[in-house]
Amino acid sequence: MPDERTTLEFAREIDVQITVNGEDVAARVSPRTTLLDWLRESVGLTGAKKGCNEGACGTCTVLVDGGRMNGCLTLVVQCDGRTVTTVEGLAGMGGELHPVQQSFLHHDAFQCGYCTPGQLLSAVACIAEGHATDEATVREWMSGNICRCAAYPQITAAVLAAGAGMEEGSR
Amino acid sequence: MKDFGYARANDVGEAVTALATAGTAVIAGGTELLNWMRLGITEPDQVVDIGGVEELRGIDFDGDHLVIGALATLNDVEGNFLVQQHAAALASACRQAASAQLRNRTTIGGNVLQRTRCPYFRTEEPVPWPCNKRAPGSGCASLHGRHERQAVLGWTDDCVAVQPSDPAVALAVLDAEVDVVGRSGRRSISMRDFHLSQAEAAVLDNGPDGLQRENRLDVGELIVAYRVPVHDGEQSAYVKVRQRASYEYAIVSAAASLRSAGSTIVSARVALGSVAQRPWRLPQAEQALAGQPLTREVLTAAVGAALEDARPLPNNAYKVAMARNAAVRALLMAGADL
Repeated sequence: MPDERTTLEFAREIDVQITVNGEDVAARVSPRTTLLDWLRESVGLTGAKKGCNEGACGTCTVLVDGGRMNGCLTLVVQCDGRTVTTVEGLAGMGGELHPVQQSFLHHDAFQCGYCTPGQLLSAVACIAEGHATDEATVREWMSGNICRCAAYPQITAAVLAAGAGMEEGSR
Repeated sequence: MKDFGYARANDVGEAVTALATAGTAVIAGGTELLNWMRLGITEPDQVVDIGGVEELRGIDFDGDHLVIGALATLNDVEGNFLVQQHAAALASACRQAASAQLRNRTTIGGNVLQRTRCPYFRTEEPVPWPCNKRAPGSGCASLHGRHERQAVLGWTDDCVAVQPSDPAVALAVLDAEVDVVGRSGRRSISMRDFHLSQAEAAVLDNGPDGLQRENRLDVGELIVAYRVPVHDGEQSAYVKVRQRASYEYAIVSAAASLRSAGSTIVSARVALGSVAQRPWRLPQAEQALAGQPLTREVLTAAVGAALEDARPLPNNAYKVAMARNAAVRALLMAGADL
């Protein structure tokens, strides 16, 4: 039987502590604030884009504890104590590009660039998950990131090459 | 999105106690709830977060059943070796649902509670056209409007929407049970009967709120886990038919589970998705197939006969043929592994 000893306190302001791109950030937030809005409006990181705001386009994709997620469908209160990586956190301390960013440049894997921050984070996760094995698998596991310029062949090539290169580099 | 109060439950008891207060919603992945709140489909005063409740996690095999906690994400389920081995249709259904990043958030508990994708339903307040689910008594704009993707079974003049969940179809064909808990205790519901067609909902609750009722979960109840029976020698498969190869809802889908001796069917189960407001098992076909040879002709005849009572709308009769073919493919795929 359910335990009735405890009654939860529902709050309209919640304190959170989140590591964003390696830096600890403490904040008091309204529960309805999404991770995407918080990153863009409060932290000042505008890399993650607000495309559809309903989980249909993927341009808000960020990493939460290393897993890719739609920032527009995640409440910031659900990220308390977690680690968030945005596109601003991909490059090295000296500004040298992440291998996936380098690969996107090399393969010309964007035109307008609006979807690119989400594509990059999704690609980093896709490779880490072991899904950068062949063209069909990459297309399937990158399908949550829509590119209306349709740079899909170049994106697929960039993800495959970055995956192969990172595997090479880790040997 | 309207503001709301927020609290984290430490255990199921706290969550269920909180849910007893009217106007309380539960959040886990949140991929449905946030969009509902944006559109005004629901406007809770407070939201209880069950994301940290340990007893709702994990995927285990107890020798007879796979036990899948409500908080397992769709990626957890599809990537789990035990699920892949013992419930291939469920692994496949999860893998073909949504996108990689959505499947990292979406839980198997919440997935079956998703509501229809009917575009007349999924619109922002104020709803500019009749929709009995949004404004009870206003009518159904889809019945005489766009309904190419809508139901061919179980619908009423009040609503013609379909339930879009992929995992629900697999859970229905696998005879899974869902364990739920509420203030009055725990109970189990067969996933064969968990969802309700509009016609079934009207029998249960003929009042103005009847169309809000899409499943047998009572107000204040929480999904805890699924128990999927494992039968040695049985193989299952899931076929999803959609307008693009990935990241799209089904036009129709089919799940099948099969046991055979050589090329003879010993037993078969089959369920259709996105043809009704519930996964639609075909018991008539299942009975007819036992003892028959596993051939496309036999399967097509049995499934076709079972679909003779389908009631397509003026512009969606194609779904009946498509569903029949998807069911035949799912049965052949399940049989190919044996």
